[in-house]
Formats: sequence, C-alpha cells, structure tokens
Amino acid sequence: MSRLALAFAPLILAASAFSAQAQDSHAGHTMPATSALTRPAPDPAPTPQTPVQPAAQDPHAGHVMPPAQTSPAADPHAGHQMPAPPKAADPHAGHDMSMMSMGPPDVPTSADNPGRPPEAPVPAAALSGPTHAADLVFGADAMAAARQTLIAENGAIRSTAVIIDRLEASFGDGEETWLWDVQGWTGGDINRFWWKSEGKGDFSGGLEEAELQALYSRAVTPFWDVQAGVRQDFRPDGEDTTHLVLGLQGLAPYWWEVDAAAFLSTDGDLTARVEAEYDLRITQRWILQPRFEIDASASDIPDLEIGSGLSSIEAGLRLRFEFHKEFAPYVGVEWSRALGGTADYIEARGGEADDTRFVVGLKAWF
Amino acid sequence: MSIPRLDRRTLLRGAATGGALLGLQGLMPAWAQTGSPGLRADLPTLAGPNIDLTVGHSPFTVGGRTGHAVTINGVLPAPLLRLREGQNARLSVTNTLDEDTSIHWHGLLLPFQMDGVPGISFPGIKARETFVYEFPIRQSGTFWYHSHSGLQEAMGHYGPLVIDPAGPDPVGYDREHVLVLSDWSFIHPHEILEKLKKSPGYFNRQRTTLAGLLDGSDRMSLDERRMWGQMRMDPRDILDVNGSTYTYLINGHGPQENWTGLFRPGERVRLRIINASAMSIFNVRIPGLPMTVVQADGENVRPVETDEFQISVAETYDVIVRPTEDRAYTIVSEAIDRSGMGRATLAPRLGMIAEVPPLREVPNLTMRDMGMDHGGMGGMDHGAMAGVDHGAPAQGAVPADDMAGMSMAGMNMRDPDNAPPDMAVSVGVDMVAMSPSNRLGERPLGLTDVDHRVLVYTDLVSLTPNKDQRPPSRTMEIHLTGNMERFMWGFDGRKFSELVEPIRFERDERVRVTLVNNTMMAHPIHLHGHFFELVTGGPAGHQPLKHTVNVAPGSKVTFDLTADAPGDWAFHCHMLMHMHAGMFNVVTVRPLDGAAS
Repeated sequence: MSRLALAFAPLILAASAFSAQAQDSHAGHTMPATSALTRPAPDPAPTPQTPVQPAAQDPHAGHVMPPAQTSPAADPHAGHQMPAPPKAADPHAGHDMSMMSMGPPDVPTSADNPGRPPEAPVPAAALSGPTHAADLVFGADAMAAARQTLIAENGAIRSTAVIIDRLEASFGDGEETWLWDVQGWTGGDINRFWWKSEGKGDFSGGLEEAELQALYSRAVTPFWDVQAGVRQDFRPDGEDTTHLVLGLQGLAPYWWEVDAAAFLSTDGDLTARVEAEYDLRITQRWILQPRFEIDASASDIPDLEIGSGLSSIEAGLRLRFEFHKEFAPYVGVEWSRALGGTADYIEARGGEADDTRFVVGLKAWF
Repeated sequence: MSIPRLDRRTLLRGAATGGALLGLQGLMPAWAQTGSPGLRADLPTLAGPNIDLTVGHSPFTVGGRTGHAVTINGVLPAPLLRLREGQNARLSVTNTLDEDTSIHWHGLLLPFQMDGVPGISFPGIKARETFVYEFPIRQSGTFWYHSHSGLQEAMGHYGPLVIDPAGPDPVGYDREHVLVLSDWSFIHPHEILEKLKKSPGYFNRQRTTLAGLLDGSDRMSLDERRMWGQMRMDPRDILDVNGSTYTYLINGHGPQENWTGLFRPGERVRLRIINASAMSIFNVRIPGLPMTVVQADGENVRPVETDEFQISVAETYDVIVRPTEDRAYTIVSEAIDRSGMGRATLAPRLGMIAEVPPLREVPNLTMRDMGMDHGGMGGMDHGAMAGVDHGAPAQGAVPADDMAGMSMAGMNMRDPDNAPPDMAVSVGVDMVAMSPSNRLGERPLGLTDVDHRVLVYTDLVSLTPNKDQRPPSRTMEIHLTGNMERFMWGFDGRKFSELVEPIRFERDERVRVTLVNNTMMAHPIHLHGHFFELVTGGPAGHQPLKHTVNVAPGSKVTFDLTADAPGDWAFHCHMLMHMHAGMFNVVTVRPLDGAAS
C-alpha cells in the first residue's frame, strides 16, 4: 500500500497543482438567490437634460453642420483652441461635462452578487417559432448542411502536432550516446490521441532501450490533461515490457511544463516518472531551459536494475536558439544520479551512479 | 449641401501620375490607387441599383512579394460600393472559387435572409453559383462588406461600402478619402490558426525576457513577473497575430508603397476609416493634424476633436481633417502591440512624404486587464475586493509599475460565483473576472500616457436622438471567455460548436445587455442586423449607436438593444481566429413577420 502511494506520489503532487482550479461549480448554489429582476438597472443619465446642444436638438436645422473644430478659420491651430466646441458654447455644457467625468454607469454583474443568481427569464414570445428563420426562405434541407458547416467552423477545430522535445547526442566519460524524446497529438480541444516516444542508445553499441506510449488525453482543467493508455518498451535483450499508463500533463504555475505518469507493467511492477521543464527567455530567441526528471519504483526490479523507492534523478540545463519558433538547436549539460537500490545495482556491476554529460541537440515541432 | 466639385487640375494631375503607376497597381481598385485625388460623393466606383461582384483567386503583391489572395472583382480591397439611402440595392455575387463563399454587408440594416452568413441567413454561395442580394437601403454612412465563409476574409475578401444620405449630409466636407485598414500575411490563415493552437504565443516576438528585466526595458519588476508567471498569463499577450507575420495595409498598400491621398490646403477632408483586419486593432493618428470624429460605425456623432483613436476590428470612424499647410502628413495605423504599422500619406501633391514616427514601446497589460478593479474610474466596488491584500493604495488606471505591492494570496482568479448561472466554468475558461470595470471612459491600451488627446467611447454622443428611449425591460449578462493556453474562445464558457442555446429576444423588446470580458485580450463584439446603444453615461437619449464594440480586457460594456429586426442573426467576436475558435452565437428575434409559430 505504501509502495503504491509512493509510486503515485508524483501524480498526487501534480494533481494538487491543478486542484486549485477544479472548483466546485455548485458552491454558490446554496446561497440565497437574489433574483436578477431585483437588480437595479441604473439609469444611464439620471440628470434631466432639457436644452441639450443646439446641434442635437435639431440636427438637420442647418442642413450642413460644419464640424465646428475645423471649419471656422484658416488658422491651422484653430481646432486646438477649442476644447470641445459645440459643448463649450452651450450654457449647459458644464452640466454635461461633470456628468461625463463621472464615467459610465457601473452596471452590476455576477461578480457583484454572491452566488449565481438566475437571470430574468426570456419572454414567451421570444421562444415562438420557427427554430431557424432561414428555413422558411431557403428550405430546411438547404439550410441544414450550411448549419453543420457553421457549427464545425466555429469551435470544432482539430489539429495535429509533432513535438521533438529532445533529439540529442551526449558526451562524457568516454561514452557517446544519443536519445530521442518525441511526442505528438491529434484531436480537438478536449479529447486527443496522444503518443510519446523515448529512446536512447550508444553510438558504438546501438539501441539501449526505447518506449512508445499510446494515450487518450482529456483536458480536465484549463491547464491540465489526464492521460491514460499503454506503453510498450523495447530492449535489445528482449525485456519488452508492456505497461498501463495513467498520467497528468500540463502547465503548472510559473510556466513549468509538467508531465507526470505512473506505469503498471504486465509483470505487476509499478513505476512512476515526473518531468518538468521551464523556458527562461534570455532574449526573444535565446532560451535557457532547466529540466528535471525523477523516476521512482514501488518494487525492486532486478532485471531492469531498478531498486524500490526513488530510482534516479536528472537535472539538465539547455541553452537553445530559436532560428524559428519551430526549430531550435541547443547545447547543455545534464547531470544524473541513480539512487538507493538502483545505484547499488549499477555500482555492483562497476558502473557509476553519478554522471555528468555535455549535450548537443535539437528542439523542433510542426 | 457641400458636396465638393472636383478640381479639374487635380483630376488631371491625379490621372497623369496615377497612370504612370497603374502598371504596378493592376490589383488596386481605382479609388484605392495611390495618388487618388479624392472621391466625389456623387461619382462612385460601383453604384446601384445593379452591382455585379465576382469572388475569385488573385495574386496579391506587397513589399515586393506576391502571395495568394481571395478577392472580389480581382482587387484587394474589394471595389468601393457607393449606394444612396432610399434606393434599392441589387447585388449579384458570382462565386468562381472551388469552395462556398458569401458576402456579409457589415452594419447594414436589412432582412435577415440578405445578411450573408451561411448557416444562419442563407445557405451560402456554392462554387460557380450566383446569389442575388436585394434589399432596400435604409441608412447612410461608412460601412464595409466581407466574406463570412471560412477564413476568406483574412485573404483579402473585404471592401468598403459608403451610403450617401437621402437628404443633406450633416457633415460638411470638401473632399473625401476612404481608408481601408487591414492585415496581410503570406501564411495561410488556416496555418496561422494551426500554429496558435499548438503555440498560442507563436507570433509574439515581444515577450518579457531576462535581458529586458536586467536592463529595465521591460518596465516590469521581478515581483510582477513572478505574479504573471504564477497565473500562467503573459503581460505581453496583446494581439494573437501581429507584425511578426502581418504587413499592415492601408487601401491594399503596405508601408513602403505608401498610399497617398491628395488635398488642397484649407480643404475639409473627410476620411472614412474602416478596420477590415482579420486580427488587428490599430491606434490611428496623423501627427500634426487634429481629427474631428463625426461618425462611428456609420452613425453620426456630435463632432469631437481628438489626436488619436483606437479602432478595433470591424469598427469604422469618419473624421474630418483640415490641413492648411502646403505639406504632407503621415497617416499612422499602429498595431496596438506596437509590432508594426500601416502608413499612408495625405499630401497636396504626389511624391511628397512626411516623417514616419517610429513604433512606440510595447505596452504591458495590468491588473485591470485581469478584471481586477484597482481603483480607477467610477463605480469601483470595494466590497467585491474583500480579502484582497492591497499592498499599495488603489490608483486610477494602474500602470504596470504599481502592481508590485499586490499579494496574490487568497485571490481566486476563476471563482464560478463571479459568473452567471448559465455560464459553464469549463476547460475553456481560464479566468473569471473578479471585479470587471467599466472602461468605456478610459483611454485604451497603450495610450494612457501619450501627451495628446485620445478618443474614448464616452466621447461619442449620438448626433440624433435615440429612436427608442424606453427603459430596458430586461437585463442580460453575456461573458466573453477564453483559454489562452489552449486558444479556446467562447461565450459563457462554451464554443459555438458545442451546440449552444441561441440568445433569444422578443421582437421590439428593449434589453440592457452587459458584456463581461473574462479574458486578457480585447474582443470586438459584433451584432448583425442591429445597432445597439452604448451606455456611456452621456447625454440622455443620445447614446452612441454601434454595430461593433471593443470590450477591453477584464472589463464590462453595457449596451441597450431594441431587438427590432426579426430573424436570426450572428453575434460574434470579430477577431477572425477567436470566432473560428468558437466565440460565436446566434441571436434570434421572434416573432417573425406573419410567421406561424
């Protein structure tokens, strides 16, 4: 049980970040509803204005109402001397002006009312038919198709993205390695098919491990998506594990892009991973990106050299230049450390738990 | 009546020089060609009663580069239509595209089936078909027309429409020029939208940076930046699509092409300014030349003199200028995020130019743009702010620097209790304004500190008394909502594609509608088939009439509407990409004429 909790800790952590937005939308309903009908609708102009401005009293009286500012004189600056021409000439102008300076009336809105009081009902006659006025003129059939297009073209946008977050080579300790970290999605605003793939290898030894996730992603709050699906691992040694995935991806306060997921393998192993990235714009095109990744496991997985508990942490710093927003090569450093039992496995076979590498790569999307 | 007679010499000169340039300008309608000597009100480009328009593909060249445009009669902008109040207009529109098209007559009062919105007013115009619009002209003023199909409008499918009054024009002028402001990108609008869906800040090359923090050029402290970051909001998110891809056009000319309109010193020149952009709000000024605003959205207003005004998408303003010196003046239409500008010239002779002012510094959004009312204009509600820790005393129109003392602790930027009961506080809503303020009397974004006069909505006063002065019998609240990170936009938390309930009015019902902007972007909200009266608190019975109103970020706008046009009408944000992303609904007005229910 505690192992489970540990594995889900990243999820819970991330969940707390968005729970602030997941308000109880019914919170206000218990409040006594002060009817919108009783809301004062302030008179836009409470002061009676008898003789307003001559121009306004009978706009057509003079047939041509020259713009007073520009017409009277050849003096180019004449206009400047006349602050508000017709008004200034009017004895009641002051009246007017003082009203203007009070600004427009502050019509109360829901923000001024506790709870969510209902609005005034629509008059019955407004509900009379037909449902679609143009059906009477052009026929329901002709209009139905156009209406479908209208609906599709005002909100139902579908799009497809491919994001190469990291395509990089790294150097350190005499090893030259590479990795990819790519994802993409297709769908609408709420529901999307999301895929992710990561893989790494050695320039001399070939592929070390790779994974591919296929997820259903659903936007649940303004900044967060819940994702669920499967993950397939590929390893040269044949340890091709399959996992169920439950994750949370989105934007945390302070513009941190977070991707947190828990994985339950067909072998019953529960692991989790949290990644977080932040873009620090030094200039419009030079961007410094700190990146963190934490991996954890609920169990000891000797075949994969993973010990239970926190298994590894990574911290990277990448400096990229956006030639285009879609195309940005980078250089950086990445430090990683295996922890606990995981470190023991690595050290047992003569490896080092600690690793610092220099990276060169590309971030791109389309 | 002071309709001018065109001076023959001006005409000849215009024709001679214009002729030399014609080769380069085959795509421009005559009135939009640079060096236009001015339009005569009685000498229209295309006039009724019968007008034929053809929608098709054309190449369009600006800044030395050629792209693909969708045009009307092969020109960008489309031909100027000159109609007269009281006439009957018969407009035959032939579609030579391979897809549906349409023309919406923006601001015109007409029968709903002639309004030109496919799926609401009519089925649209199929490929290689002709549709005949026919309706009486019941008004006068400056309007425009554009496609309401797909994203064709962003590709050049728009043009000006001027209606002369049946009687004498209350506005006196000696000469007039139509200025169609617009935005042009060589990226296809669908690709623009696709990029915004994946990366909403894609076009923004003016974001806050570490360098800007260190050298102070961002004008924003670390504390403020932390606060914006905490909210996952960008204080520089002002225009979704901007000068990083757009060339800003005036009458189809880029800044280098420098469209030039002629005048003779001393003349009163009427400029009919139309913002036909897809996604661009402009600040318009003519350095050295005061402008007297005489009309807004085609409706006459009491003349008011100003030096600069903001024109949101789909709005029109008519101004009178009176250049008296024998010199050129630059007309500047600067994008409100200062990422670029349109430029044209008014000059006594062709070839004269005036200094082009540099782009001004990028404005930062403030707490007021987040719907937090920190003091400021009338009607501040301190009660709603209970629990907010005011580190700094409240100040009017808070500049960015004054936000530092604010503590964000305990604030709920997305409290459903601040929303009306029928609003869905959903994924598509990243903010619910805590204390939206009425900003009609405030200078618009970026113009708070300029040292000259700036037009505000409360300066607009209808020239003629409002026809319907009954008090509203009902109030209605409509929230403008969005999720900037996902580029989702809607009304009351829903996209139109989610099959929303229409907004229903009884015929001739008078309703007071308040629009609350829960987003940090401005939304030009347009209602078809009607004019509404902005409740500005100005002289009684003279509320200014508008077909489109720019709802400032985090603010509320109230208008009175007499729903006197039976039928179904579109109601939407005129930011084309916002509309396409869902900020759209249908307004129904019932009962219909003689219709059985």
